[in-house]
Amino acid sequence: MEAFFQQLLNGLSLGAIYALIALGYTMVYGVLRFINFAHADVFMSGAFIGYYAAQRLPPGTVWGGLAVLGAAMLGCALIGMLIERLAYRPLRGAPTLNVLITAIGVSLLMEYSGQLFFGATPRTFPAVFPTKQFSLGGLAISSNQLLVIAAALALVAALQLIIHRTRIGTAMRAVAQNPRAAQLMGVNNSRVIAFTFGLGSALAGAGGILYALNYPSIDPLMGVSPGLKAFTAAILGGIGNIPGAALGGLLLGTVETFVSGSALSTYKDAIAFTILLTILFFRPAGLLGRATAEKV
Amino acid sequence: MPAAHDSSSAAAAATEILRVEDLHVSYGAISALNGISLSVPAGAIVTLIGGNGAGKTTTLHSLSGLIRAARGRVHFAGEDITALAPHHIVARGLCHVPEGRMIFANLSVAENLAMGAYLQRSPAQIAAARDYCFSIFPRLRERLRQNAGTLSGGEQQMLAIARALMSRPKFLMLDEPSLGIAPRLISTIFEKIVEINRDHGTGILLVEQNARLALEISTHAYVLETGHIVMSGPSRELRNNAQLKAAYLGS
Repeated sequence: MEAFFQQLLNGLSLGAIYALIALGYTMVYGVLRFINFAHADVFMSGAFIGYYAAQRLPPGTVWGGLAVLGAAMLGCALIGMLIERLAYRPLRGAPTLNVLITAIGVSLLMEYSGQLFFGATPRTFPAVFPTKQFSLGGLAISSNQLLVIAAALALVAALQLIIHRTRIGTAMRAVAQNPRAAQLMGVNNSRVIAFTFGLGSALAGAGGILYALNYPSIDPLMGVSPGLKAFTAAILGGIGNIPGAALGGLLLGTVETFVSGSALSTYKDAIAFTILLTILFFRPAGLLGRATAEKV
Repeated sequence: MPAAHDSSSAAAAATEILRVEDLHVSYGAISALNGISLSVPAGAIVTLIGGNGAGKTTTLHSLSGLIRAARGRVHFAGEDITALAPHHIVARGLCHVPEGRMIFANLSVAENLAMGAYLQRSPAQIAAARDYCFSIFPRLRERLRQNAGTLSGGEQQMLAIARALMSRPKFLMLDEPSLGIAPRLISTIFEKIVEINRDHGTGILLVEQNARLALEISTHAYVLETGHIVMSGPSRELRNNAQLKAAYLGS
């Protein structure tokens, strides 16, 4: 029983990170109907921004940690908007396949220029927040795990507020549903799309820091695997659906953690993806996605 | 009432709100509009009628900036708006209620109306616009918290018009407001269009396949066929035009 709760806690804290990244995939899909493969590398950039910001800040303090988190979120928001402006906006109106291939190109560009600038050797991410180990009823809990879950919850709550209670958030939902109608309301769709990239990338930046706190070895290719998992989580929850992305992330992280804690740990990815395929077999639009006919 | 303003073209030009000159639009190699020109006096209801594929919707799309014209000019309220982006055109008071309503189905009725007021800054004016919408479409007030997708076709059309009114337009372009609506609601919608025009002097360009109704509420009409204006004149006269009767009004 203890082992179960221990794994559940581990799984949820991993899943919370997947959820943060998955939100960016799903939001961009919502407004532009394509998968921004470079999103995983924005996540990686967040970890590196944090790494350099931490060198100027006292380690192991709450405000220093929050400053690192804030720097990564802000830096990633700018990177995300820059990618959109330079790579995707010129392709507005082009077939989705072209945009998708461009996204793969941007992703590779970021990964290999990362290797050029930062080197391929992994670096140790500093403990920017104070760390503590608790023991609660036989459970070993690290403060970082709680931090990940608390930060993810706070960020998802803030995101929900932005999307449902603000003018730009309502515009985001309107653009996602019908970009032409949104234009006819006076919405500058380009601005809303840029904002969506900024918002999603900020969450990925936060995800990068939280991931690096729990797996403190960072390198320019570190985004590939969590990025793929988060993309999967977004599909699992129903691509374009925001609560779905959060749910998919938590589910995938938990399943992966339980499998890796079992005798079948070698097959953790295989089993996680088998579960995914099984769910999609029965619910092709994802857990919370609605099966809708493609509009012409 | 003096009848002097009846049809002096100089007077009409002075109070004209929308003027389209030699508009050409094409989709790739296929040309959809081959040089149409039209003029709408301020405060009037003008209709554009024609069959399927005549270019009615294309005309509205190019006026609201959704499609770029290959050639020609659009003047609105004394300004050349041909090259403006859609959101800048809305900001100038030209609002387009698109064909098929295009309401935001997953947003509530209240949120749809809020989107209509996207460019409005004054809370007092937004509240006044909302009250006006409820006064002409009381049913929307009852459905405020409901998702717009759950409304009936007629209610969705009311919402689409109300949403446009939230932008406090000087001029409304309505694309097939009778399409896909229960017959008993069609006359209600048309009465409301006349009411909106009368209450605020909002100019209206009405695109319709239901030519009989459109000619009844408009003062002037243009007939579009395969991208050309083939006929135009006071609606009263066109109602009795033998050629038009045969083609669009049934006999």
